[in-house]
Amino acid sequence: MNWDWQVFCKDTIDGNMVPRCFGGAGDITYLDWLLSAWGWTISVSLLALLVALVLGSIMGILRTAPHRGLVLLGNAWTELFRNIPLLVQIFLWYHVVPALIPPLRGVPSFLLVVLGLGLFTSARISEQVRAGIQSLTGGQRMAGLAMGFTLPQTYRYVLLPMAFRIVIPPLTSESMNIVKNSAVAFAVSISELTLFALQAQEETSRGIEIYLAVTGLYFITAFAINRVLHFVEQRVRVPGMIGGGG
Amino acid sequence: MPMIEMKNVSKWYGEFQVLAECSTQVEKGEVIVVCGPSGSGKSTLIKCVNGLEPFQQGEVIINGISVGDPKTDLPKLRARVGMVFQHFELFPHMSITENLSIAQVKVLGRGPDEARERGLKLLDRVGLRSQADKFPGQLSGGQQQRVAIARALSMDPICMLFDEPTSALDPEMINEVLDVMVELAQEGMTMMVVTHEMGFARKVAHRVVFMDQGRIVEDDKKEAFFGSPRSERAQQFLSKILHH
Repeated sequence: MNWDWQVFCKDTIDGNMVPRCFGGAGDITYLDWLLSAWGWTISVSLLALLVALVLGSIMGILRTAPHRGLVLLGNAWTELFRNIPLLVQIFLWYHVVPALIPPLRGVPSFLLVVLGLGLFTSARISEQVRAGIQSLTGGQRMAGLAMGFTLPQTYRYVLLPMAFRIVIPPLTSESMNIVKNSAVAFAVSISELTLFALQAQEETSRGIEIYLAVTGLYFITAFAINRVLHFVEQRVRVPGMIGGGG
Repeated sequence: MPMIEMKNVSKWYGEFQVLAECSTQVEKGEVIVVCGPSGSGKSTLIKCVNGLEPFQQGEVIINGISVGDPKTDLPKLRARVGMVFQHFELFPHMSITENLSIAQVKVLGRGPDEARERGLKLLDRVGLRSQADKFPGQLSGGQQQRVAIARALSMDPICMLFDEPTSALDPEMINEVLDVMVELAQEGMTMMVVTHEMGFARKVAHRVVFMDQGRIVEDDKKEAFFGSPRSERAQQFLSKILHH
């Protein structure tokens, strides 16, 4: 087996070796392209994660509200976005939604992917947030209300601070999943890692090196998210609780 | 005007009737003990008092304000009615001091320093000043329940509701909680207490309400109740919990 890691130092146009591996003056090497693709993967993932966390939390909360209409809304949202394959959802956002809603025609496919991946993941986060809130005893809600808190205050000060602590571990997996799932963006021509891998291995015939590099970057990204959330988990531990410090 | 008045309160879970035309009242400064076998509806009854459990029929009036009236500002009313739960229900992610001050600040609009002072004073009163910076999970059950009582008192309640405050406690911790409650009663706090602690009832209750199968079967002065309960059901109940 002959490794050829020099492939990343080649110019993407003429295939010549570039000294120091970074191109300049409009020419780029495969290393430049790889890093740019990594940037797209990170951008899609983080923005989609933001969409998913905000919408998923709202929907999860609604599903625990003492109001039938709100519960129904949260349930419908969750079932809609988790019962259709992710890839199909991305194609729906790319091909179908702009056809049905003309103002969306000018929206860049990057944003459509962020939306598609974000909404898909929001359904999963909604499920986790709901479970987190319901894992608290009904007594906590009553205690909050009995102190004179309104229902929103009871959520804000009593239920959510504990519920979010409880769901950090599943939210960590979900945040790592979003990095991995962002690979679907290649399907609508976002120049992210997977698309880079497909095209670069075609052009260079060095598929093994290319795929290994991409694999490494996916791993690093997902693992970085894991470490950040692990740090958060440690920081917010409650003294005297199971697994808590002090 | 009574502090708490319940008139013909009825409640159903689906087809099942948990409360059947319950009527009683608590005068200002009065202590009433509600007892009865498990499943008799006493916890549900006390949760109807501050509207934590909705009821379908009847009326609950606290200090002249109707709990069941949709126009009533329930959070405002509940802020003035202290409640202590069987499982303490302190907020586990907050220190003891925060547990005591958060509602004072967010509900009553007191300044954080004033709320903290008030909280510490009440901690002193229940003998837990030294635990101020701990978290609920670091306290024993008895200590947690005393904090819960202090937390309810921090809102300057006009009356207090206790829902089986000692039944989740280890036996050696029951008295430390009862002592605080006896003291409160002797100071003239209006109290409605669901409990099986007949010693407490004998000591400070003015009246005893006995419930069975969702009905108030007896509602008597303490002396009459312990002297000779009129209903056979109450006699059986008393003989079961007093003779061992």
